[in-house]
This record gives sequence, structure tokens and C-alpha cells, in this order.
Amino acid sequence: MSTTTWLRHRQPDGAAATRGLWRFASPPAAFRLAGQLRPWAIALAAVTAVIGLYVGLLVAPTDHQQGEAYRIIFVHVPAAWLSMVLYVAMAFWSAVGWVFNTRVSSLLARAIAPTGALFTFLALWTGALWGQPTWGTWWVWDARLTSELILLFLYLGVMALQSAIDDPLRGDRAGALLTLVGVVNVPVIYFSVQWWNTLHQGASVSFRSAPTMAAPMLAGMLLCTVALWAWAVAVVLQRLRTLILQREADAAWVRALLAPHQTGVAR
Amino acid sequence: MGRVFLTVLHRDLQLAFRRRSDVWTTLSFFLVAASLFPLAVSPERDTLRGMAPGILWVAALLSSTLSLGRLFALDHADGTLEQLLLSPEPLSLIVLSKVVAHWLVSGLPLVLLSPLLALQYDLPTPAIAVLTGSLALGTPVLSLVGAIGAALTLGLQGGGVLVNLLVLPLLVPVLIFGAGSVVAHGSGQGLAAHFYLLAALLAFTLVVAPWAAAHSLKVSVG
Repeated sequence: MSTTTWLRHRQPDGAAATRGLWRFASPPAAFRLAGQLRPWAIALAAVTAVIGLYVGLLVAPTDHQQGEAYRIIFVHVPAAWLSMVLYVAMAFWSAVGWVFNTRVSSLLARAIAPTGALFTFLALWTGALWGQPTWGTWWVWDARLTSELILLFLYLGVMALQSAIDDPLRGDRAGALLTLVGVVNVPVIYFSVQWWNTLHQGASVSFRSAPTMAAPMLAGMLLCTVALWAWAVAVVLQRLRTLILQREADAAWVRALLAPHQTGVAR
Repeated sequence: MGRVFLTVLHRDLQLAFRRRSDVWTTLSFFLVAASLFPLAVSPERDTLRGMAPGILWVAALLSSTLSLGRLFALDHADGTLEQLLLSPEPLSLIVLSKVVAHWLVSGLPLVLLSPLLALQYDLPTPAIAVLTGSLALGTPVLSLVGAIGAALTLGLQGGGVLVNLLVLPLLVPVLIFGAGSVVAHGSGQGLAAHFYLLAALLAFTLVVAPWAAAHSLKVSVG
């Protein structure tokens, strides 16, 4: 009880008294941590992206069945993984924000949503680009495609709800609740779509029966996964910093932080 | 606890009965929406028979989400909802009672009307029975999950459109198993699996949705 009550209070100078990870529940501490982690994430993303794309596009052999078109998996597969991982991360931080009333957790959930939606869209888009030469169609109502599309709708719903609510705290909590309802429903949707599809027609292409990959292909894909993951972390942290500044605009530490930049427009 | 449930149920039904036009609007929308498809696609009987389960289910889905605005909005506007939130009785129970009233007013008429529309689509009699049964099992889920969306969008600008965006993706499983039961029955696979899954969804949402909707109401009003 005492933990949650003091977390709600504004702490002007970063809650120096608190220990452990709880320290970062305070907006200034989280702001600083995000600022420190961001360059590392960007550097990691840049390095792994260059190596991963080099391995994927130049070293990895041409697939004997799919030709060169398969190379889109170096973006497609990491994007599809991240789209799901980010939804679970969003749900996790929503739950933490809901239970402990920590504002930074809710802001982090808010910050994740657009990146998650972007990766879902990227997975669908690159999937369509891959499907056209390989399956001969941009889109099939396959179980995976359909559930990914519904995942995009869930992201859009959460973002639409958050932006429709003017009161920031109500927006945080409403978005968190919808995210959690969605995360409960995601497995249900996934299995329903799978059963629906298999009941009607056999899946034309199954990912499970794919041939085992050559080592450079796997290495390239894992490197690209690390790259996109690090990039997602960097973008989310940057968005988190912006959201914190926006939310805490009246706090003394933000005014002190921004004071050198806006002389004359002092509030 | 049972008395609160019955009191709220009685009150909501009475209010709906006094404003019958709302009920008729939902029903008419269901009728009109379902009647548009033969005009748009093809009046050919074989095509219609194949499309009927899907179309009637989608029409039921849309008309039921369309009527979600009424679930809490009127009580919110006149302050009744705040009184209900202050009540010492469990809020989930009150929400459940309102959802049951909503289903009786907007879901049950759809179920009762669906055989007529199914006839227009030239469905054979056993398929009509299956369709009506699937709607009877599925429409309560629409009201239950819809209550969460209605509570979250309470009092928002453009909430009516937003609630569709929130609720419809969550209702995909109901649509799949509901419409799928008729197709499975027609193709000789038997409908037990689909009906069990619909019943499981109903049982699951019956437990979770009133609780989630109650929390949403506290977020929106409290």
C-alpha cells in the first residue's frame, strides 16, 4: 500500500531515496535512463543491421525453390516476431501500470503501441511482397495472415482509444484495460482463425514444413532480428522521453531542463 | 445480491419498453443490412445459400455493436450511473444485469427474426435451426464483450464509431464459430465442435467481461 501511494506523488529530484528498479518508476529517473540507453540501442541496431543485411543479401545462398525473393524474410520474419513481442510487452507494462499505478509504465505502454503497429504493418506488407512471386497472390486468408491483420486492428484500436480520451490518466487506464482484454483474446483469435481455415481448406503453404535453413540464412535472420529489436527499443525510449516531458511539463525538473532552450517563453 | 440483479434488470427492461423506437431501430437495421446483400451480390439461390450464414452473422454483429451506445450512455447522462457506482453491491453484478437486459432487448429479437431472413436466403430447414441456435449462443457474447467497449468509450466524442473499432476485432472468434457451425453442418461435419466452442466463449466472457466492464466504468466515470 505504502509503495503505491508514494509512487503517485511527484518527486522533484528523481527520488534519490528509493532503491532498486523501483527508482525508475519516477519520471525523471526513467527519462534519464531512457536517454542513457538510447545511444547504445541505436549503435547496436546500426551494427547488427549492417552485418545482418550483408550476410542476408550477399553471403546467404539463393534458395533453390524460391529464388531471390526469399531474401525478404530478413525483414519479414523479425518484423512478425516483434509485432507479437511488442504487443505482449505493451500488455506487460499496461498490467504493471494498472497494478502499481506507476505513470511511467503506462507511458511506456503508450510509447510501444505505434512501433508495434508499424511492425505489424511491415510484416503484412513484406509478406504481401513475398507472397506475390512465391504464392502468386498478394493475399490469402491464411490463419497466420488473418491473425496478424487482426493484431493490427487491435493495435489501431488501442491507439484510437488513447487518442480519443483527453484526460491523460483516463487514457492510460482505458488503453491498459483494452490491451489486457486484447492479450487475453489473442490466443483465442489465433486458434479460431487456424481452425476456421483448416476446416474449410487445407493451408496452401505451411511455415512448419519449410526446409531447414542454411547457416548463413539463419545467422542473417537472427542478426536482423537483433537489429530491428534494438531499433524498436531506441524508438520506444525516444517516444517515452517525449511523452514524459509532455506529461510532466509543469514539473520543476522539466522546466529546469528546458530552461536554457526556451528563454523568453518561460511559463 | 440476486435482488439487485433483478431490480436493475427490471428497470432497464422497463426503460427499453418505454422507448420502443430504439429496439425497432436495431431490428430494422438488421433487416435492411441483411437485405442489401442479395441486391449487391447476386439474387441467385445457390450463391445466397452459401453466403447466408456469414451475412446474417455479420449483420447481427454490426447491429448489436450499433446498439451498444445505449448500454450505459443514458444512465451516464442523467447521473444514474454514478449512483450505481456508489452502490455497495458488486458492480460486476450490476453490469451483468444491464448486459442481460441489453441482450434481451437487442440480441434476442435478432435471434427470433433470423429464421425469417434465413428463409429469404433459401436456407434448408435444418440449417435454419442451426443458424438460430448459433445466434442464440453467440449474441450474448456480443453484448458481453460490447459492454467493455461501451464502458471504455463512455462520453467520448465519436464514441459510436470508436466502439466498433475496439470491439469488432475481439469478436472475430464468435463470428468464425457462429457462421462456421452452419457451414460445418451443411458439409456433414456435424456442429458439436462449433457449438461447444461457442458455449465455451460464452462461459468465458460471462466470467471475465462483466468484471472488465465494471473496471472500465470506474476508469471512465470515477
